[in-house]
Amino acid sequence: MESFIDETLKKYQHQTTPLLMVLRDVQAQYFHIPKQAVELIAKGLDIPRTQIVAVVEFYHFFSFEPRGRYDIFLSDSITDQMLGKKALADYLCTKLQSPIGTVRADGVVSIDNTACTGLCDQGPALLVNGYAIGQLSEQRIDRIVAMIEQNRPVTEWDSDLFEVYDNIQQPGLLLNTKLPRGAALTAAWQRGLTETLDDIKASGLRGRGGAGFTTAMKWASCRATEETERYVVCNADEGEPGTFKDRVLLNSYTHDIFEGMTICAAILGAHKGFVYLRGEYLHLFNKLNAVLEERRAAGLLGDNILGYGWKFDIEIRLGAGSYVCGESSALLESLEGKMGIPRNRPPSSIIKGYLAKPTVLNNVETFVAAAHIAWQGSEWFASCGTEKSKGTKILSICGDCERPGIYEYPFGTTLKEVLKDCGASDVLGVQVGGPSGTFVSTRESDGRLTFEELSTGGAFIIFNHSRNIFDIVQNFTHFFAEESCGFCTPCRVGTSLLKKQFDKIHSGHGSAGDIKELRDIAKLIKDTSHCGLGQSAAEPILTTLERYPNLYERQIKQQYSFDPVFDLDGSLAVARKMSGRDDGHAHLTQVENK
Amino acid sequence: MAHITIDGQIVPFEAGQTVMEAAMAAGVYIPHLCHHPDFTPHGSCRQCTVTLKNGWNITACTARAAEGQEISNNTEELNLVRKRLTQMLFVEGNHFCPACEKTGNCQLQGVAYHLNMMSNHYPQFYALRDLDATHPDILLDRNRCIFCNLCVRASHAEGKDVFAIAGRGINKHLVVNSESGKLIDSELTADDRAANICPTGALLVKGKAFQAPIGQRLYDHHDIDEITLGGRHGG
Amino acid sequence: MAAKLKLATTSLAGCFGCHMSFLDIDERIMQLVELVEFDRSPLTDIKNCSPCDIGLIEGGVCNADNVHVLREFRNNCRILVAVGACAINGGLPAMRNSIPLEDCLRESYVNCIGIENPQIPNDPELPLLLNQVHPIHEVVRIDYSLPGCPPSADVFWKFLTDLIEGHEPSLDYDLVYYD
Ligand SMILES: Cc1cc2nc3c(=O)[nH]c(=O)nc-3n(C[C@H](O)[C@H](O)[C@H](O)COP(=O)(O)O)c2cc1C
Ligand code: SF4
Ligand code: SF4
Ligand code: SF4
Ligand code: FES
Ligand code: FES
Repeated sequence: MESFIDETLKKYQHQTTPLLMVLRDVQAQYFHIPKQAVELIAKGLDIPRTQIVAVVEFYHFFSFEPRGRYDIFLSDSITDQMLGKKALADYLCTKLQSPIGTVRADGVVSIDNTACTGLCDQGPALLVNGYAIGQLSEQRIDRIVAMIEQNRPVTEWDSDLFEVYDNIQQPGLLLNTKLPRGAALTAAWQRGLTETLDDIKASGLRGRGGAGFTTAMKWASCRATEETERYVVCNADEGEPGTFKDRVLLNSYTHDIFEGMTICAAILGAHKGFVYLRGEYLHLFNKLNAVLEERRAAGLLGDNILGYGWKFDIEIRLGAGSYVCGESSALLESLEGKMGIPRNRPPSSIIKGYLAKPTVLNNVETFVAAAHIAWQGSEWFASCGTEKSKGTKILSICGDCERPGIYEYPFGTTLKEVLKDCGASDVLGVQVGGPSGTFVSTRESDGRLTFEELSTGGAFIIFNHSRNIFDIVQNFTHFFAEESCGFCTPCRVGTSLLKKQFDKIHSGHGSAGDIKELRDIAKLIKDTSHCGLGQSAAEPILTTLERYPNLYERQIKQQYSFDPVFDLDGSLAVARKMSGRDDGHAHLTQVENK
Repeated sequence: MAHITIDGQIVPFEAGQTVMEAAMAAGVYIPHLCHHPDFTPHGSCRQCTVTLKNGWNITACTARAAEGQEISNNTEELNLVRKRLTQMLFVEGNHFCPACEKTGNCQLQGVAYHLNMMSNHYPQFYALRDLDATHPDILLDRNRCIFCNLCVRASHAEGKDVFAIAGRGINKHLVVNSESGKLIDSELTADDRAANICPTGALLVKGKAFQAPIGQRLYDHHDIDEITLGGRHGG
Repeated sequence: MAAKLKLATTSLAGCFGCHMSFLDIDERIMQLVELVEFDRSPLTDIKNCSPCDIGLIEGGVCNADNVHVLREFRNNCRILVAVGACAINGGLPAMRNSIPLEDCLRESYVNCIGIENPQIPNDPELPLLLNQVHPIHEVVRIDYSLPGCPPSADVFWKFLTDLIEGHEPSLDYDLVYYD
């Protein structure tokens, strides 16, 4: 093991910041993080072992307990479930004789659930040793099982299993235009960097990751900092369930992203950039690195880019399964080799970002748009969209519709138009912006997609009338409780309480006061949490409580003033078994029969 | 001098001061658990949540005071929020005060008393948490840890980094920097600041418990606001 | 003077400490019986609760019988009060919650040194244990809680006299403590 750790640390130049990369390699090698590895890494990097322990326990894809040699994570997003995930999971587990949440006795396989893997348009999906397989069916599962039982290394499995389709259904302004290599860089050079920044400002471009911060303002503030060592970071964490548009941009518009980052770097005078790629997109990792090589060879990255004297290079760093790492400051923590815990502001990461240096962090799509604006000018971009929301938005459409996939729309497009284009019928509602967004009913289908009205980072999940709103809300509520980083009290404890309270109502055990309690917990989490995760964790409940109060009321047993919070009779089971009793006194009713 | 107002009272501040610092200097108590004047603010317990005039909540321990800010602090609404947050801490861990060495001198109790907390309100988690009694001079009972991070910060400042909070979500737990994970194999000593700073009974220096008789303990007759403003906090 | 308030009390998974503390109101009990009438309570030996104004519950819920008693109280008492640490958060009995019930029972009735006839009791007269001890608010609706282990006599006095006088009960700083 010593030599393996030694090699690995060498591979990352004995830096601490790529700790996740190091641990990913260790996990891949040993199917867990051996305690001895923790000691060796701590010594080799001269960091407290507690930092490593904390990181291992924080990220979903690391484990101190040995996992199977084929480590399977089933995507458990609502869209996977709608596509029949549960039955397929049962099929897989039966075939492999390995229930969810366990490692098979022979150590060959382990199966677990994980949050959305970003294949919502071609689910249900799973990850095997980190690599995504979509479009699960019994036939495909049979092939997977066969390869596992034949002991074939994942690298030698039929490649068609791992195919991921772009699925671009309706391209628009950006997706329709092919950006020639280096064209944006040349245009920016010719126009001048300050002028290019002015142009991005004039375009009205706002961040595409969700919050909608004006991009040029961010870049200009960072450029104005006194500190001169600056960084550019691309947020490719795309963890919001139902979002997969960055996956497509990373796959097929790779140069556009790097070009946008390079222009940003030139404007800032930054020499180093990172793409923080979610662990679930491991399948894109080699490809991204290949494109970087290509660009280095073409003089589009390196010490003297296109002979303009710009010096900039990009490194791809992988995450390891954590939704909160999409939050900008948590992402930076993760990039520094730590747990993804959102930082306190001030200072903002524009001033103290990566390694406490000024940093611009933008979404993948934002960099693509910036590159295109640098090339084609602000007017081209601002020609569509609305007054306050310029340009287009790329949507990831999934759920109940005939044509899920990628759609690009000018801002201001109505919900109705979108639903028509993707062939959605019998619509119950749409989750715009994913679980942290809003559940919109069809009564609101005149609503327009803009930052002010219906804002989305890209997620657009459609539900028809065969779906149960409570199942949806439950999936989202559990998701947040699972993904809470645990830093602050209301989100750490509150999301678990909210989950219990919601499940109580959902399972038919809600009584008179339970809806008020649900609302109270929800509001508390929203009002007092530290970061955006906690602040939106209760949205699925709050927005449906507001829109469908009757649905909740109907779920409540009004005749009872109280229903216990735990299963009374179930709680006697152990004593019943041990005493061998089953008489009338050995049971309890959950609520009294009056 | 620049000033803010807290519940209508004028509170002067110096540039760079947090709302908490300005408030404390002016004798205004804002409930807190993870804040300690000697360490960088953490912002995790959310106890110090206060409301700006525009309705936004901020945490007083992390937010800088800004000229003209009008802040609500000691309101019924905010104190209810704080009580609920405190109750969350009580149900999350296992706080059996009658059996706790810190009882009477515990800041978590102190805050709860201040907020007139009569019950735990929420269902108990009864989480399984480890106790570490390996160290001859120090006890770590994770049942009582509220993740305030003070021991972590103190030990880091001492250059020992004995503690870290690991895990995510509701499964967070305090870990110890030693190969065995036990306190006895760590560098912690009883005179470390880190061993003495815990606001609750999670980290205790042995042999010091139950010294003050009931009635003379820190919070027996004095509200935590008085104790805090008088600079008499334990730790 | 209005009709006397009816008061019932019981101890579930508690130590009777709260009842003892209640009795510490000493001679004030004479004043109290002028104002209230005791219904079901260890103090009266009345076995079943009839409709009451106030029910005081000491102790948490650890077995099936506790559930029945608690329900009887909830059904009969207008105001139900969780008295003491055990009723409020399970208290010291709940410290068993970290040990699986199976291990508790085995250790007590089977493996323990000196056991003559190792056997898990199975007499239907004995209430079965719940997996964990629970606070009473997890089983029935509670109107008030009086913290303390036990709450002092003054807490009982203040709380009851407030209710009797028709005020919303409130406890001053010195009366609120958890140990
Ligand atoms: C919990 C949480 C998760 C987030 N996840 C992402 C993400 O996956 N991708 C992303 O671009 N932004 C995400 N964001 C938003 C980022 O914090 C940040 O605003 C954004 O990346 C900034 O880039 P932009 O200005 O280009 O939109 C997330 C925010 C929160 C609070
Ligand atoms: S809101 Fe949740 S995710 Fe955000 S810091 Fe708090 S615990 Fe972490
Ligand atoms: S740490 Fe404080 S609140 Fe917790 S049991 Fe001890 S005294 Fe009670
Ligand atoms: S042990 Fe004490 S000081 Fe350390 S985090 Fe827990 S509560 Fe805070
Ligand atoms: S004291 Fe401010 S968040 Fe804890
Ligand atoms: S029985 Fe009264 S506090 Fe436990």
